[in-house]
Amino acid sequence: MTGTRTDPGTPSSSSPPAPRPARPVAKRRVGRRTRTVLRYALLLLIMAISVGPFLWQLSTALKGIGEDIYASPPRFVPADPTLGNFVRVGEVLPVWGYVWNSVRVALATVVLNVVGASLAGYALARLRFRGRRAALGVFILALLVPGEAIMVAQFLMMRSVHLNDTLVAVVLPGMVGALNVLLMYNAFLAQSTQIDEAAMIDGANAWQRFTRVALPSVKGTIAVVAIFAFMGAWDDFLWPLIVLSDPDYYTLTIGLNYLKGTFVGDQRLIAAGTIIAVAPLILLFLTLQRYFFRGVNEGAIKG
Amino acid sequence: MSAHVLLRDRRSESTTAGVRGGSPERRSGPRMQGAATPWLFLLPGLAACLIFNIYPFLNTFLLAFTDARTISPGTFTGLDNFARMADDPRFWLALRNGALYVIGVVPPLVFLPLLLALLVRDKGPGIGFFRTVFYTPVIASAVVVGLIWTWLLDSRGLVNGTLEALGVLKDPIPFLTDEWLLLASAMVVTIWKGLGYYMIIYLATLGRVPEELHEAAQVDGAGAVRRFFVVTLPAMRTTMTLISALSAVAAFRVFTEIFILSGDTAGPGGRDVTLVMLIREVSAGLNGHVGYGAALSLVLFGLTLGLLLSVLRLQTGRKDPR
Repeated sequence: MTGTRTDPGTPSSSSPPAPRPARPVAKRRVGRRTRTVLRYALLLLIMAISVGPFLWQLSTALKGIGEDIYASPPRFVPADPTLGNFVRVGEVLPVWGYVWNSVRVALATVVLNVVGASLAGYALARLRFRGRRAALGVFILALLVPGEAIMVAQFLMMRSVHLNDTLVAVVLPGMVGALNVLLMYNAFLAQSTQIDEAAMIDGANAWQRFTRVALPSVKGTIAVVAIFAFMGAWDDFLWPLIVLSDPDYYTLTIGLNYLKGTFVGDQRLIAAGTIIAVAPLILLFLTLQRYFFRGVNEGAIKG
Repeated sequence: MSAHVLLRDRRSESTTAGVRGGSPERRSGPRMQGAATPWLFLLPGLAACLIFNIYPFLNTFLLAFTDARTISPGTFTGLDNFARMADDPRFWLALRNGALYVIGVVPPLVFLPLLLALLVRDKGPGIGFFRTVFYTPVIASAVVVGLIWTWLLDSRGLVNGTLEALGVLKDPIPFLTDEWLLLASAMVVTIWKGLGYYMIIYLATLGRVPEELHEAAQVDGAGAVRRFFVVTLPAMRTTMTLISALSAVAAFRVFTEIFILSGDTAGPGGRDVTLVMLIREVSAGLNGHVGYGAALSLVLFGLTLGLLLSVLRLQTGRKDPR
């Protein structure tokens, strides 16, 4: 997040560009330097706590069969790093099949959420019609009901239409998240009305105003919705656990739980499996994080 | 993220009503849309919410008063399920664990992310990098996080291994096999995973604190610490309330962390069971008591809604200085 937005509040709150003449300049400079050192020391400490566990897992995944993973003191750098565990985990379990299932579930969820949430959010924020408040109420109500509190009824519903043990059943309950609708609603509300007005005078209909005027200016929020939807689907555990029993349809999280149960003995394999599950997500997030943080601020600052 | 959505929702509404009174869609002039257009826009989202959220919710309500099994619809039994709950020791354990979870998890999740947000608020070399890094645990699945921490807290894992190598310990700490230590470990995992999420919510709010307030306080001779208490903290009050509501609700919904850390057993003797674990357990299988499961689900819903409403009421009852 480096200055992508014109954002008057954030950047200079404690580091004004020029020292104020009224204050003793030299003294403040020194104070600021120690503060900077302290700040970065803290940042590094928290970074160690945040990513340390991931790195330890990666290190375990890279240790070969011959290396003692219980060595005392613990060894962070593998003596002879190997990718063998990633190959082995694919041999003992159809991990790559699980990955493929997760990919399909996550992509379907992203597409359905981005399309459904931006359409609904646009209508709620930008179109005038009777029943708008009631529709908004439905989404807010849906947001208030925790998924865990309706999973039993959702399971019965999927069973009654014979969708249990399909990937469709994994996708359906999360196909348009109420939170995403409200995120898009807020983004569209915050837009300037003038361009919209101009487009209207030019005779653009609602669909044209949506696709040509409104949509292009909420890319940040769309990125947030897409990332949330992808993460939500990729990381979900409880619902797939309930709705899937055929190993052919296992998603990666369910497969990992199974892997843990089957190979309690080999920590390296479990580690390799978790790295396979988390690495794509981290890469995706690193690629999109600029848009993500921009999108988060886009919503907030205009509010 | 739901925090600032809800938060802003109210404000945006008032903006629409007041400042935007003259916006095109509020004018009485000719409208460029048919009456059906808005509903076509709403159709996918609204249908999904009604079919997959609202309908199951209503169904849960009905099921809770029946003795339905997975394979049979069951008959109306009034409050029997709730009476059964009162006699179910596992239910009381689940409530206890939920309450402990709220106590253990909410304060750290309200204060630590604010500290993180303040640390990464101001630009500086690498700040964007740190923001991303702090958010990483949020990205990872609770299953992955649970497995990583299982390995860290294992009797031969990194934490015990390091402490033993340092000579602090002789025998490993039984993080994963002791009733209380397992619960505490799950809390640590929840906090660790949640910090980045709430940090982002704070960051969004921090961006809205008027700069003039800081400058005025600075001119008055307030140091950084004093400015924090006089300017930043009051401005954060709404967000802090919302974050306590959100994290408290999440505490009652906890499942994966304990499920993974305990190896599917809910701890020694099942004593670390949570409401969600219980719901899944009683409803599972061909002969699952879905009626009882639904009744438990209603309790979960009531608890989360009650927590949300009471915290929000607490907040609106106070006068916000802003």
